[in-house]
Amino acid sequence: MLEVKGVCKTFDKTTEVLKGIDLKINKGDVTAILGPSGSGKTTLLRCINFLEHADAGTMIFDGQTYDMHSISRGDIAKIRRKTAFVFQNYNLFLNKTVLQNVTLGLISGRKMPKGEAEDAAVRALTRVGMADKLSSYPQQLSGGQQQRVAIARGLAANPEIIYFDEPTSALDPELIGEVLNVMRRLADEGMTMLVVTHEMEFARNVSSQVLFMDRGSVIEAAPSREFFSNPKEERTRSFIRSILTKGGTEHAEN
Amino acid sequence: MNERVVRILSEAFPQLIEKFVTVTIPLTAMSFALALVIAVIVAMIQYAHVKVLTPICRIYIWIIRCTPLLVQLYLVFYGLPSLGILLDAYPTAVLVFGINEGAYMAESMRGALEAVPAGQLEAGYCVSMSYLSTMWHVILPQAFRTAFPALSNSLISMVKGTSLASVITVTEMFRQAIVINGRYYESLALYSEVAVVYLAFCSILTLIQRWGEKKLGAYGGTR
Ligand SMILES: Nc1ncnc2c1ncn2[C@@H]1O[C@H](COP(=O)(O)OP(=O)(O)O)[C@@H](O)[C@H]1O
Ligand SMILES: [Mg+2]
Repeated sequence: MLEVKGVCKTFDKTTEVLKGIDLKINKGDVTAILGPSGSGKTTLLRCINFLEHADAGTMIFDGQTYDMHSISRGDIAKIRRKTAFVFQNYNLFLNKTVLQNVTLGLISGRKMPKGEAEDAAVRALTRVGMADKLSSYPQQLSGGQQQRVAIARGLAANPEIIYFDEPTSALDPELIGEVLNVMRRLADEGMTMLVVTHEMEFARNVSSQVLFMDRGSVIEAAPSREFFSNPKEERTRSFIRSILTKGGTEHAEN
Repeated sequence: MNERVVRILSEAFPQLIEKFVTVTIPLTAMSFALALVIAVIVAMIQYAHVKVLTPICRIYIWIIRCTPLLVQLYLVFYGLPSLGILLDAYPTAVLVFGINEGAYMAESMRGALEAVPAGQLEAGYCVSMSYLSTMWHVILPQAFRTAFPALSNSLISMVKGTSLASVITVTEMFRQAIVINGRYYESLALYSEVAVVYLAFCSILTLIQRWGEKKLGAYGGTR
């Protein structure tokens, strides 16, 4: 359902951050993107959702082909209506309650009637276990709760794919499990997800394919079982080793 | 204080209050409204880096902030007529006060807009909201909260600043005091009385500001 080819991005004319990324996602896939910090993972997600303007690249979304460099505002809006984005630092609307955070995009972005939007919001918040905090403000919530609301905000519009940029990296360790559990449930329900993460356990057991990025290139892409049991590239092997020996990333949550 | 002064002051008081209520306050309100509109537009133009308009806004702020308000009043009221532009005193005052304070308030608003985390706008995009819609529902409300103390400051400063309209023949409270003083020559007493009225009113505004700041606080307080 989503394919990108040759995504390139250079900042400030000199910092080449993405050097021709290819990526293919089928409906229902959970794709994990791994890679050391600074390898361009966030930039890739941002280019895919047009928060960053790629210098080059082709996107095929739902069978339609777009040039990522010269894509029109209209096409960007069209694609965004089918996607959701979960940020590392949640980015909930600070001046809105939990309920308003979810309904605002539906009402003012998608022109949904208020009642209908609130029903959809409560359904989405129920799925992430946050329906009891409808009138709280983001700053009254823990990081894990904020991130679950952010996921509900994305879910409420029935996206075809959800992008996650290190959704648990800003969380205290004891709050990571509740967010991963929500994501795991979404995966089980068949949601298509593209997840930048450092959670090896999630990448290994939940994702169906893994992409390893380093210095702006995809080093290795494989079904997740194969990726972990039989990594082909030396750089992948040393990355997996370094992550596993660092420990602490395996947050048991079941 | 002798009886004469007391009598003059109590006679002057209702006249001063009348001018304060019928001229000073509406003049302040209109000027402030104009300044607020200018400030929001000028700040938003700069925030969005709109081509051509952004440098124009910078020039506007530069000129206004670097010339005295009194000179601006004179220029418009006494200077522009020689170019065939003739405005009455009252509209001139509203215009000049609005344009003048608008420049300062635009800077307050711009700072407040830039203090809103960039992720707020991106989050709006990601839930299919437009730029303007996100500005309206998310960015501006947060910026107003940040700018609230600075904007209150501008309002209080403007209340007192309207006394300058006296020099272009607008009979607001201060000019009324001058007129009364022309009859009795009790400068110390009369101008003290005027000062007390400004002091009282601005004190009330200060209290309202305090209350407002507390009320606005952080959204829903902090955890
Ligand atoms: N807006 C930007 N301007 C300049 N350099 C940037 C910008 N965004 C990211 N970079 C650079 O691009 C590189 C990749 O960043 P990022 O995509 O955030 O990596 P990752 O998410 O994998 O840690 C980094 O070296 C970072 O400094
Ligand atoms: Mg990142």
